[in-house]
Amino acid sequence: MIGSDVAVSALRKSFGSFEALKDVSLGVRKGEFFSLLGPSGCGKTTLLRVIAGFEDPDEGSVTIDGREVTGLSPDKRRCNTVFQNYALFPHLSVYENVAFPLRIRKVPNRLVKDMVRRHLALVQLGAHADKKPSQLSGGQKQRVAIARALINEPSVLLLDEPLSALDAKLRQHMLLELDQIHDQVGITFIYVTHDQAEALSVSDRIAVMDAGRVLQVGSPQEIYENPKSVFVARFIGDTNLFSGRVVERLGPLARIDAEGYGPLLVEANGEAPLGAHVTVAVRPEKLRIGKAEPEADAEANLFRGVVEEPVYSGFQTKYIVRGRAAGAPEGLVGSLVVFRQHAQWSEGVPDIKWRDEVVLSFSARDAVVVESDARPSDPAPATEAVR
Amino acid sequence: MSQPTALLPSCERRTARRRNYGPLYAAPQTLWLLVFFAAPLGIIVAYSFMRKGLYGGVTREFSLDAYRALANSSLLQVAVRTLLVSLTATALTLLVALPSGYAIARSRNQAMRLFLVIVPFWTNFLVRIYAWIAILGNEGFLNDALRALGIVADPVQFLYNQWAVVLVLVYMYLPYAILPLFSTIDKFDFTLLEAARDLGATKLAALRRVLLPNIKGGLVTAVLFTFIPIFGAYAVPLLVGGKDSYMLGNIIADQVTKTRNWPLASAISMTVTALTGLAALVFLYRMREHAEPSLGEELLPEPHAALATFSDASHGASGSFTGLAGGAR
Repeated sequence: MIGSDVAVSALRKSFGSFEALKDVSLGVRKGEFFSLLGPSGCGKTTLLRVIAGFEDPDEGSVTIDGREVTGLSPDKRRCNTVFQNYALFPHLSVYENVAFPLRIRKVPNRLVKDMVRRHLALVQLGAHADKKPSQLSGGQKQRVAIARALINEPSVLLLDEPLSALDAKLRQHMLLELDQIHDQVGITFIYVTHDQAEALSVSDRIAVMDAGRVLQVGSPQEIYENPKSVFVARFIGDTNLFSGRVVERLGPLARIDAEGYGPLLVEANGEAPLGAHVTVAVRPEKLRIGKAEPEADAEANLFRGVVEEPVYSGFQTKYIVRGRAAGAPEGLVGSLVVFRQHAQWSEGVPDIKWRDEVVLSFSARDAVVVESDARPSDPAPATEAVR
Repeated sequence: MSQPTALLPSCERRTARRRNYGPLYAAPQTLWLLVFFAAPLGIIVAYSFMRKGLYGGVTREFSLDAYRALANSSLLQVAVRTLLVSLTATALTLLVALPSGYAIARSRNQAMRLFLVIVPFWTNFLVRIYAWIAILGNEGFLNDALRALGIVADPVQFLYNQWAVVLVLVYMYLPYAILPLFSTIDKFDFTLLEAARDLGATKLAALRRVLLPNIKGGLVTAVLFTFIPIFGAYAVPLLVGGKDSYMLGNIIADQVTKTRNWPLASAISMTVTALTGLAALVFLYRMREHAEPSLGEELLPEPHAALATFSDASHGASGSFTGLAGGAR
């Protein structure tokens, strides 16, 4: 099987007065594992349904391998869907569910047998061919849905939150399995999810959506390390956001007067000219926490604060600290999130406890400008730092 | 220590006193059915094995005359016609009821639409038949309209033939088919149709291969609720049919009131009842064999439960004898 590239351009779709898609354009490459990530109601499922052919867009077009498919009914498109609720046919056995597309195409029985066997083996369900969907567990149903969607040898597989009905442990497992199936069949996967961890872990690229728009498209690393808007920075993982005016430029670095925290040194490049109002994100794992002051470093930012909440989770502890930049005037108290990995067993000992006074630091190089009024950006307003 | 052991016997006594009152609760229903259903049925069975009285009624001696008289060519002709009319009317009813049930299940104001389906029940059965006569008659609304529009010069003879009977039967039993179909289609998961389309099925193939097998229960109920009463139809062929559209129900009524051959009327009733009952059972068991353990069983009526429905609905056939006093159907 060979994957297709899928392109949508200038898609608009409204349901009554609700605009589900507002001018969405995207390109998905051949064989890519592409995720549409966003909160519920952001339009990601509508976009998937438009690509599948269940919804016709009000405006815009969908092309698969450069061929226009807008307006084509779902049975005429070389893409198949794995539905959120599996949508297995309850009156048919597992075998007949998987064979359904072949029966529609009137494929001779001996070929059906072989193809169904191969696809059931692909999803490790060979032993359950004669069961009815009602006799299967959630994960097994999911596998049947995948086998059934793949048997027509589509060039694009559309997955609509396929794991959301499974419990956390099984979800992890199925996610890896999906990734393996993707590697084996080599076709394009377009995967809709609201779970950023799922998207980060398996995708080649991710499109982050909100309120009917695509905010950013990029590899998981780009999306995580270099978010281009406050929304993306906040939606993916935990983050510390600082906003304020640039008060000084020092080569590639800029000093900003962060509201609620005090002066900070951040890497700015061209995006933060003197006087610009910027929002900067620093991931919690980039911060170091300790009781003693670290060695002096010209590019480091220092904070002093008090542990408000230590959240222990085995492999790491998340600290929520209230504090301010060293050198900031009294009275400022911002909230900061820090992760500390328990790389050595001794670090699991809670040497930093609730209400301890701590020193936090991060390097200016680890701070990313996500929004700046010096560059036109997404309409979402810059907001105060969040946990 | 002594207290719990002392408590035990009283507990036992209490549980022993908790009898099963089910049969007691069911007694009124049982009594009612015994007196007004089982007993008349027994009488009909008994009459069918007796000799015809000289001035109507029966003489109390065993005889198989009535059953011998069944092998009468004109009677067989009516039986065949009844079967054809019933099959046609049932098929047409389903053809209309299926899209209606689907539309109601998918509509936003189901309650209003269901209400509209039930509205005709507020008008008496016979009145509604006369309404059809007012519509289809030579001086009826339809002919008036056709003449006013200049489509025909002379009135079209709509009434008093086979087709008038089928039309009015379809109208009469449509709600009985729409309601069970609606209730199963309403429970149907419509993403299954999307899945079928996605997997390559055309609209029609998706409906045939995915919707129909999953609403089998509703289809079976709809068939039983329409075919059985239509098979025993009496009033509709009498009022809108002609001499050549007589059905078994009319023959039975004639045997009771005109020819006054009660044993023959009873024998026809019993034969019809036995045959429709048998057919319904075979139909149900066959459907259950093919039904899916997941979905079918809970939706398909139990054969013995359906028998109750049948005995109720079939009072057209066996009951046009006992029910003549009431005059309906």
